[in-house]
Amino acid sequence: MGFLAATGRAFLIFLEATGRLALFTGSALSHCVRPPLYPRQILRQMIDIGYYSLPVVGLTALFTGMVLALQSYSGFSRFQAEGAIATVVVLSITRELGPVLAGLMVAGRIGAAMAAEIGTMRVTEQIDALSTLSTNPYKYLVAPRLIAGLTMVPLLVVVADIIGVFGGFLVGVYRLDFNAASYINRTWEFLHPIDVISGLVKAAIFGFLIALMGCYHGYHSKGGAQGVGAATTNAVVSASIMILVWNYLITGIFFSTK
Amino acid sequence: MTVPPAAVSSNAVPPATVPKIALKGVTKHFGHKKVLNGIDLEVGRGESLVVIGGSGTGKSVMLKSILGLLTPDSGSIKVDGEETTRLRSRDREKLLHKFGMLFQGAALFDSLPVWENVAFGLIQGEHMPRAKAKEIAIAKLGAVGLTPDVAELSPAELSGGMQKRVALARAIADEPEIIFFDEPTTGLDPIMADVINELIVQCVKDLGATAVTITHDMASARKIADRIAMIYQGRIIWTGHARDIDNSGNAYVDQFVHGRADGPIKMQIKAL
Ligand SMILES: Nc1ncnc2c1ncn2[C@@H]1O[C@H](COP(=O)(O)OP(=O)(O)O)[C@@H](O)[C@H]1O
Ligand SMILES: [Mg+2]
Repeated sequence: MGFLAATGRAFLIFLEATGRLALFTGSALSHCVRPPLYPRQILRQMIDIGYYSLPVVGLTALFTGMVLALQSYSGFSRFQAEGAIATVVVLSITRELGPVLAGLMVAGRIGAAMAAEIGTMRVTEQIDALSTLSTNPYKYLVAPRLIAGLTMVPLLVVVADIIGVFGGFLVGVYRLDFNAASYINRTWEFLHPIDVISGLVKAAIFGFLIALMGCYHGYHSKGGAQGVGAATTNAVVSASIMILVWNYLITGIFFSTK
Repeated sequence: MTVPPAAVSSNAVPPATVPKIALKGVTKHFGHKKVLNGIDLEVGRGESLVVIGGSGTGKSVMLKSILGLLTPDSGSIKVDGEETTRLRSRDREKLLHKFGMLFQGAALFDSLPVWENVAFGLIQGEHMPRAKAKEIAIAKLGAVGLTPDVAELSPAELSGGMQKRVALARAIADEPEIIFFDEPTTGLDPIMADVINELIVQCVKDLGATAVTITHDMASARKIADRIAMIYQGRIIWTGHARDIDNSGNAYVDQFVHGRADGPIKMQIKAL
């Protein structure tokens, strides 16, 4: 009996949280498309996400591309398939590793910052102050971050794709002694537009999810510094898990074999 | 030290037929805790009402309910005779143009410089060009005794008293009809507290605004109030003219005004 009650209660809490997130998302989305928008806020967020994430995303992509080339060489040489390395690198990067790793890095960097900033604004009554100054907090705080996440993470992933492939190229040519021209040829040969496009669609959705989780947990944080800390952790963890789950779902939609 | 109450109330417009703000039977609970237990309160046009009461008695919750930052469970809140408890968000935004609020913790936007904090309502709410809004902001900062060089600082670089003054400048910047002050003097030294009190009296007089101030600082209450209301356990238990506060005939009010530990208001304290 106690067990049933506990299960029921957990289920109700889950439903409530899901409903609250759905309401938050709907409300935030409606404010993304209804004027007035705040161009200054959007620009600030775009610079924060797009520009200041470049070093960490670039480094991640570079080393991922390099290690991919190295690993596939040591694996593929067992059955004389070294020629496939360039293809493996470019497909893995554009389809999977570019968007997922960039998404995870941005989730750590941006999702946490958003949750901390909005959470602090919540517990210090700055969000109440916004409302009192006739400014809708969804419009002023949440919508710019969603728009920036949605648009800038795909751009970051374009950069990550290029740097990642370049990392593979570096290892392939300077360490594994491939011919540079034929490595580049191999890179293009089997690459289809859908490989890149699917990666960018993923990136847009990841960017949206990161911003959504950052804003949602920040917005609903309570209870001072500890609450803001919890919101930050929750934002990063939930965004990371959502990225991995959605990555699977989107891959399923784009590349279902049936 | 006290301004003669008559001098303060003489510039208050006599209560019109429709009160500026009217609360009737407002209740609000959080979890199992009933915070507001049926608040009945009226504030006349141009009047300065001070609400006194102990910590945690629901004073801030009451103000936030009037602003719509919290939704009351039941009861009616009318502003200029119009019911506001069920406003849609766009109408709420319009209504809030009438209000200015000085928050308990100042609540300055720490991502913006001081002047942009003050000019926020002008730029975002009234779509004023930034350069013009900045001029007005600097003038408002001057009105609360801050020099233009403060305008470029970030709120985090200011002392508590300066932050309160910036918050006051922000609250009055777009010349609201109604201003709320939530514990404007709490945490300030007595001199700074008196400076803030003077500023509040001055600003309210200049704007001809209706003011509701929350405080547990009696010096502040005497200085600011036309009328005083006392809140206890989520109800208004006494209202009266500011000059009657010392002979209210109410034991709760007496205990609060004189700051005595023993009386009808009991603190839950266990001996060590
Ligand atoms: N958002 C909230 N969630 C839960 N409890 C709250 C909230 N706001 C206020 N309370 C509770 O309501 C009571 C009254 O708070 P408040 O109005 O801030 O007191 P004060 O009279 O000191 O301003 C307190 O016990 C506080 O814990
Ligand atoms: Mg309070």
